[in-house]
Amino acid sequence: MTQLDLIRNFSIVAHIDHGKSTLADRLIQMTGTVAARDMKAQMLDSMDIERERGITIKANTVRIEYPAKDGKTYILNLIDTPGHVDFAYEVSRSMRAVEGSLLVVDASQGVEAQTLANVYHALDAGHEIVPVLNKIDLPAAEPDRVKQQIEDVIGLDASNAIPISAKSGLGIPDVLEAIVTRLPAPKGDRDAPLKAMLVDSWYDAYLGVVVMVRIMDGVMRRSDRVKMMQTGAAYGIDKLAVLKPQMVDIDELGPGEIGVFTASIKQVRDTRVGDTITHERKPCAEALPGFKPAQPVVFCGLFPVDAADFEPLREAIEKLSLNDASFSTEMETSAALGFGFRCGFLGLLHLEVIRERLEREFDLDLITTAPSVVFKLYMKDGEVRDLHNPADMPDLTYVDHIEEPRIKATILVPDEYLGDILKLCQERRGIQLDLSYAGSRAMAVYDLPLAEVVFDFYDRLKSVTKGYASFDYVISEYREDFLVKMSILVNDEPVDALSMMVHRDRAEARGRSMVEKLKELIPRHMFKIPIQAAIGARVIARETLSAMRKDVTAKCYGGDATRKRKLLDKQKAGKKKMRQFGKVEIPQEAFISALKMDS
Amino acid sequence: MPVSHTDFGIYLHWPFCQSKCPYCDFNSHVADAVDQKKWASAFEQEISRLADEVGPRLVKSIYFGGGTPSLMHPDTVDRILLAIRRHFSLKNDVEITLEANPTSVEVGRFIGYRDAGVNRVSMGFQALNDVDLRALGRLHTVASALAALESARTVFDRISFDLIYARQHQSLKSWEDELRMALDLGPTHLSLYQLTIEDGTAFAQRFNAGALRGLPGEDLAVDLFNTTQELCDANGLPAYEVSNHARSGQESVHNQIYWRGGDYLGIGPGAHGRITMNGNRFATTSPKAPGAWLASVLGSGSGEEDRECLSAMEWAEEIVLMGLRTAEGIDLSHIQKLTGKKIDLRQLVGLKDLGLLHQEGDQIRTTLQGRLVLNGVIREVAGLLV
Repeated sequence: MTQLDLIRNFSIVAHIDHGKSTLADRLIQMTGTVAARDMKAQMLDSMDIERERGITIKANTVRIEYPAKDGKTYILNLIDTPGHVDFAYEVSRSMRAVEGSLLVVDASQGVEAQTLANVYHALDAGHEIVPVLNKIDLPAAEPDRVKQQIEDVIGLDASNAIPISAKSGLGIPDVLEAIVTRLPAPKGDRDAPLKAMLVDSWYDAYLGVVVMVRIMDGVMRRSDRVKMMQTGAAYGIDKLAVLKPQMVDIDELGPGEIGVFTASIKQVRDTRVGDTITHERKPCAEALPGFKPAQPVVFCGLFPVDAADFEPLREAIEKLSLNDASFSTEMETSAALGFGFRCGFLGLLHLEVIRERLEREFDLDLITTAPSVVFKLYMKDGEVRDLHNPADMPDLTYVDHIEEPRIKATILVPDEYLGDILKLCQERRGIQLDLSYAGSRAMAVYDLPLAEVVFDFYDRLKSVTKGYASFDYVISEYREDFLVKMSILVNDEPVDALSMMVHRDRAEARGRSMVEKLKELIPRHMFKIPIQAAIGARVIARETLSAMRKDVTAKCYGGDATRKRKLLDKQKAGKKKMRQFGKVEIPQEAFISALKMDS
Repeated sequence: MPVSHTDFGIYLHWPFCQSKCPYCDFNSHVADAVDQKKWASAFEQEISRLADEVGPRLVKSIYFGGGTPSLMHPDTVDRILLAIRRHFSLKNDVEITLEANPTSVEVGRFIGYRDAGVNRVSMGFQALNDVDLRALGRLHTVASALAALESARTVFDRISFDLIYARQHQSLKSWEDELRMALDLGPTHLSLYQLTIEDGTAFAQRFNAGALRGLPGEDLAVDLFNTTQELCDANGLPAYEVSNHARSGQESVHNQIYWRGGDYLGIGPGAHGRITMNGNRFATTSPKAPGAWLASVLGSGSGEEDRECLSAMEWAEEIVLMGLRTAEGIDLSHIQKLTGKKIDLRQLVGLKDLGLLHQEGDQIRTTLQGRLVLNGVIREVAGLLV
């Protein structure tokens, strides 16, 4: 057990690519926590997807021993928090587990929207914040301008910001020293009943569910019986350890410490981030505040490309849900796509991460239907229904009105692109809440329907600003609007997987873009095919795919029979990947592209 | 052993050319010196080997293809035909075709070929326009082609020539004029191919680099095809296959063996064969590289590799994909006998309603419009076999 005043707990707040993982790597390396031969880039991002994209999905932690200039050796616990809005709740919990943050800003880029959102989480948690200017050695670095921006936009004193280059190692000793001297030590009462916060949990193939905790009060020992206050379940601790970042067994964890335990817990679902853990026999009086159960906000259908993969998909989804309590699923049947699952996610990134993991780790080919939000249907009989799938939309005569989720979005952008951003937000039914400037960057705050953002907002944002905008959001409220279900008909047959909920004023534009896209994606047949978008029986957009006029091989003699037959066999195999709608065959590729969600 | 009554032909592949044409994806190679005696021996050896295996057959057709078979010495042709006569019975009206380039050098060998037994030549005219001939990489001119035709007529009764259309920058009008000029030459058989950009050719390279300009779009290609049919019909040369036109009775016996699902030996580098023995249908192949084939024949005594026994379904598919190319079409009862599965004729209604297919009893055939989208029609019909 460590004395409280020799502990420092902190997190790193940064935008993607601003060097959070590299800085974490340097801290680990410079303190000799991991032997040089075991170092790999982005030590803490353990999933392939995390490492490839430079994002953190799961919270990770590392315990670093640092001999400071004052001659004492400190225990530094770094919690690497998820950096994305989808995981805002997880971020806020991780922040509550530590007392300070390093705010890392790329000195050549400046503050981004995501940085802002996370700084606010840190400020909410009462953190002491140490600004760090990274990439100071780049020719494009403008430390003074960025310092000014930190002061203007965030309102933090940046005069003693630490200039570093995480890549070269420049300034890292200053960072370590600042953690000890500028961040507060944790508080806690060793003699009080155990009160620990569940920061994160994950499934380990060998150990079962691993639970990460921050001890607030009391002491947690191996073989203690502990109780989760939210779920009420009790467990005997099998293994108690700290992460360096590999597990190192420890006998007890005292106040201010961060560690992990295992306790024969079967499913990650049984552990709720933010829950309070106490002793079964001598519980603490009250739980930590702020617990919230996970609530999926974006839904889509996941279908196997090959119908034979339904069972493997089911098994894969079960396995992933064991490790992710925030991901909800139920079976779904589509005339277009066969058997699959309707899944709920915390946001678009969460959706994409799950889909990529299913495809990579379980080797599945999937079709993802258009992401949709949860609409609230107020029925005439007074009932309120959640609509997760446009295909389930009841007849409008039974519906009194429909509400949709709105978000508060913050967009930071160089001012030359501001006009385009305002236009985009306007198009997407946005309401401007605030517009301010920090240097040459504008910050626009908009009230937007989430449904418009899950469509292709990110892509449009990226393209109109050449990638210079940064964007973040929080869900604000449900509000009524004129929403309708738009169906897509191919050769007069409705294609259920392509139907979507849209605002009436946006239906024509959306319908037009969909039928145009489909016209490109559906191969020509030997007859012409009308492709229509409709609201009820009213067609709002129409394209006609012309008939194939010529498709014949000019020469075919004795030497060509084998090749032609093999081609035919290949086409037959390809036919399995076609879905039949009346007389029309639509390749699954077309669904994938038509429904391609934009990240 | 009784003589098999399946139509039977022999294809011989001469893989050498003087130069490689940029559109051609056939197995052809440019070689300086070819030891023709050695090649003749290899062909003789293969004929003997296959004759022993397939047993007595009545040969309906022999075809020298390539490459450029008119680069063969008449003695080489003579030795090969002698070997075939020694090992097989030939039908009285056997058709013996040799593909020829219309250059004066090759014309000089026509009498030698006739004396060896060749009775039909198929000449690669490709275009009746000198600019386009050069663009197609051909070494002859229109004048030499016409002269070659004149000479050939003094030697052979049956002459066919090939033209390629839907060429770069070719208008409907210019093709019409060219085709009329061709028809005025009074041919009894014509092969008229729309230019296709085949993988692995020089044209494909240029095409992929965006440097092959002026190719017709789909609408023009359709118009070119339809005009070709009209003009040929009007001149008594209807299409009996997608790209082949003949006066009645002048159809190529050899190619009909392919399209009607007959047997054929494929001898020479890269040649394919189909042999039916004891109710099984075998697909044979040979090494493509001339040197490899020659070494294999002279070394191991066989120029064959990877013989495959077709399943009933594969056999039936080949009947469909070859047979639907022709004006006469296919007999579905024959296919049903092969696969043992009943074909649901009602499923053809869609193709019939679109005017792509014609059905009388068990006989189905493509219409002209059906032949334009033949790949789709074949997919649909083959889909019914399962």
